[in-house]
Amino acid sequence: MATQEHSVGQKRFDQWLPKLVVAPSFILSLIFIYGFIIWNGYLSFSTSRMLPNYEWAGMVQYESLWQNARWWVAIKNLGIFGVLFIGIGTMLGLFLAILLDQKIRVEGALRSIYLYPMALSFIVTGTAWKWILNPSFGLEHLVQSWGFPNYTFDWLVNPEKAIYTVVIAGVWQSSGFVMALFLAGLRGIDDSIIKAAQVDGASLPRIYWRIIIPSLRPVFFSTIMILAHLAIKSFDLVMALTNRGPGYSTDMPASFMYTMAFERGQLGVGAASSTMMLAMLAAIVVPYLYSELRGYKKNG
Amino acid sequence: MSVKLSTMFKVLAVAGVTTLAGAAFAGEVEVLHWWTSGGEAKSVAELKKMLQAKGHTWKDFAVAGGGGDNAMTVLKSRVVSGNPPAAAQIKGPAIQEWAAEGGVADISAVAKANNWDKVLPPVVASQMKYKGKYVAAPVNVHRVNWLWINKAALDKVGAKAPANWDEFFKLADKFKAAGIIPVAHGGQDWQDFTTFEAVVLGVGGAKFYNQALVKLDQTALKSPTMLKALQTFKKIHTYTDKGAPGRDWNLATAMVIQGKAGMQIMGDWAKGEFQAAGKKPGSDFVCAATPGSANAYTYNVDSFVMFQQKDPANAKAQADLAASILSPEFQQVFNLNKGSIPVRTDAKMDAFDDCAKQSNKDFLATAKNGGLQPSIAHGMAVSPAAAGAIKDAVSNFWNTDSVTPQQAQAQIAQAAMTK
Amino acid sequence: MAKSTRFILYTVLLIAALFYLLPMYVMLTTSVKTMDEIRNGSLLAFPTGISLEAWGKAWDSACTGIQCSGLKPFFWNSVKIVVPAVILSTMLGAINGYVLTKWKFKGSDIIFSMMLFGVFMPLQVVLLPMSQTLGWMGLTESVWGLVTVHVLMGIASTTLFFRNYYVSIPDELVKAATLDGAGFFRIFWRIILPLSTPIIMVTFIWQFTNIWNDFLFGVVFSGSDSKPITVGLNNLVNTSTGVKEYNVDMAAAIIAGLPTMFIYFVAGKYFVRGLTAGAVKG
Repeated sequence: MATQEHSVGQKRFDQWLPKLVVAPSFILSLIFIYGFIIWNGYLSFSTSRMLPNYEWAGMVQYESLWQNARWWVAIKNLGIFGVLFIGIGTMLGLFLAILLDQKIRVEGALRSIYLYPMALSFIVTGTAWKWILNPSFGLEHLVQSWGFPNYTFDWLVNPEKAIYTVVIAGVWQSSGFVMALFLAGLRGIDDSIIKAAQVDGASLPRIYWRIIIPSLRPVFFSTIMILAHLAIKSFDLVMALTNRGPGYSTDMPASFMYTMAFERGQLGVGAASSTMMLAMLAAIVVPYLYSELRGYKKNG
Repeated sequence: MSVKLSTMFKVLAVAGVTTLAGAAFAGEVEVLHWWTSGGEAKSVAELKKMLQAKGHTWKDFAVAGGGGDNAMTVLKSRVVSGNPPAAAQIKGPAIQEWAAEGGVADISAVAKANNWDKVLPPVVASQMKYKGKYVAAPVNVHRVNWLWINKAALDKVGAKAPANWDEFFKLADKFKAAGIIPVAHGGQDWQDFTTFEAVVLGVGGAKFYNQALVKLDQTALKSPTMLKALQTFKKIHTYTDKGAPGRDWNLATAMVIQGKAGMQIMGDWAKGEFQAAGKKPGSDFVCAATPGSANAYTYNVDSFVMFQQKDPANAKAQADLAASILSPEFQQVFNLNKGSIPVRTDAKMDAFDDCAKQSNKDFLATAKNGGLQPSIAHGMAVSPAAAGAIKDAVSNFWNTDSVTPQQAQAQIAQAAMTK
Repeated sequence: MAKSTRFILYTVLLIAALFYLLPMYVMLTTSVKTMDEIRNGSLLAFPTGISLEAWGKAWDSACTGIQCSGLKPFFWNSVKIVVPAVILSTMLGAINGYVLTKWKFKGSDIIFSMMLFGVFMPLQVVLLPMSQTLGWMGLTESVWGLVTVHVLMGIASTTLFFRNYYVSIPDELVKAATLDGAGFFRIFWRIILPLSTPIIMVTFIWQFTNIWNDFLFGVVFSGSDSKPITVGLNNLVNTSTGVKEYNVDMAAAIIAGLPTMFIYFVAGKYFVRGLTAGAVKG
């Protein structure tokens, strides 16, 4: 009898223990994430300028946000940057991963070379890129001095094109990581499938196109999620490479928010812009979470 | 902090200054600033030495970047967390905005004991005050409207420093003909804005500058004079090289030093670059007021705003800090290192170079005749929000050829209304 | 594969490597040039001689404020912040992932997905409310404040990593152990953790990189004597109106990146292996 009681108690304890263990970190992060979102949302309806205040102002900050030409430029840039950064980053990463997966002799060294940009802070790699892309002494100058006087590469200094240089630097920074994701995905594929296809006489490109790449679907999914959130958060990249210029032609939502909230004493407008950013994030993340959960139910 | 509490601290702070003055009270000052490079850092280190001599401890909080933008971010979060530093580098109208938020310390007692009202030019003194009380101590004066010219290039084309914008463009054409890039420009928004401010000052004069870019008067902003300034401004763009956008100001200065470019419009910190390269004013390079602004002076004054301290010993240290900043000794040492000039009107200039002497002479003269104007490009003239919005419009005009001067004028006038 | 195909393959890989190495080339060559050479020559040119002066200066005598002792003190501050923050957030992620896959309870999925939003929070949004909170907690200006922030902001990603990894560990293992009378912690220690090396490596690399390279939190939440290396680097590199020394800047940047690069080179193999083992499953 006593032992049975003990085991009932034990069982109840075992049921509670996991919840107890995760409760502190769950509760804290939920409070932090959602508390801060609500706080920020409230500020966007307040008259806050230098410092937060809680005086109700209605939609004023949103009106001034959407009237601001700079915000429209930031949104447009996010669109251009997001599409190209995700597209090129994914393609290049996949391409390199496939090449690296061909039993390359110096794979370790190459992989490290492709990966290292992620390890460096962009505060200074930005300067290096700035020099390389600058027409007066960078690549354009170099190629011209090789005997091609008509070569031009002046995207960095052209307000219409400068955003594309941000894409180049962004791809440089993250595509190695994407390569690692895909390489991992490729290594996870069962070799026997490929061998069987080869026996059937399929060519290698065909095998990749028809069998391997489709089976990497989940990797594509994670990659696009990671790159999308990097795109929306991209801040260091813009600040270090173009500092939002020429003019404000390469501003993005995250740097816009920083400019307004911290540099100019327009905290309310800044808060309104971050609410918009959060809304954009939600539009991307919620479907992701939905699929996470569905996938989980399937697996679990 | 509630109002009552804050006034109580204010009383405490003042009491600390008056009753404890002279007593050997060792306090601590935490100073937030953005001077981190060699010459600047050495200059601030002098201040630390002076405070240590008085028995206080100096807690250094340096955050560089973006002309103080990063430091302001830190300051905001420190104030929000209820833990502001003793002194923070804040300048221009932002002083008033911070004072309006509450929490700044009243250092009028220090100011009175040291005669600040007498030794500071009234324009500068009034910026240091909030509702008649001193809340900040000024450190130095930078002149922004300088034109730097390579002497050898100038001799080569046989010209002298331009006195107005017509002469400026004539000289620029000569440089061009001689195969020299006429204007070295760094295309970052604040540098575009610095050039713009010099043009408005030169084209419209100090009075117009004040109406348009300090008072943000709509009639002035929409006037034909402004339109002419914008056209002149855009004309300068055609004399810059293709690599300008995004270039750091010091790289532009280097072009002038090497003779690749003829001239640069930049504040007096550019002098440090010339000197670091071993060049002498007069023989290797020429410093002249930007065209048409010989009788005007756009200033950029760095200053420290004091925040209320809970500990009376720290308040005493803070008061000593404020007094030391304006002491003649510190003013001399600091400004010799930094390339600027002392903010005291009674400073001795013997040890300074010719450009600094010229700057000081013009500073004193323009302080009397109304030519002394705050620089809008360096956050001295209008609130950060309005200055930022105008900067956007100016920089956009400079960089985008499809924007006409008329459109730019309308955009600037619109931006000036940003609250 | 034909020899010519192999040749093309290697050529393409090498060209890609050059693209990735180009900025590193610029940084390295600049760091060994003298300032005169930088002022007068082409920024992309090969250095005429090698001078390690800039490296020495960046490490222990460049000014980063009133004190001129280079990156050295900041380096150790960063170590003090990164080590506990990485260990704590990895541990919490592991235990959370374990509960979320092997000890599911009602609502655990919902809580998890709500938490995931934290992975995507823009950092700028967090600054002011976080400083207010740290002020209330009395944790401003300390290493522990910064560690707390990094752990809190990191839990979401680490939990995600571990959860996705543990999903692929068969539940039968846990069930069998339960039948043998093993409890919650015992199973974790004896069965789950020994299987976790690859994902621990991934999480470790990820968190280490993020926290080591973080600037925004480091500058805002640290005190005057607990500033991390990115703040030192920023102060060294960004001068407002001072003279710029690009060789020192570049040397400092490489020094600041050495620990992360070292980890990438040494543990890169585990990184890919760990990702293979399950972290990339959508």
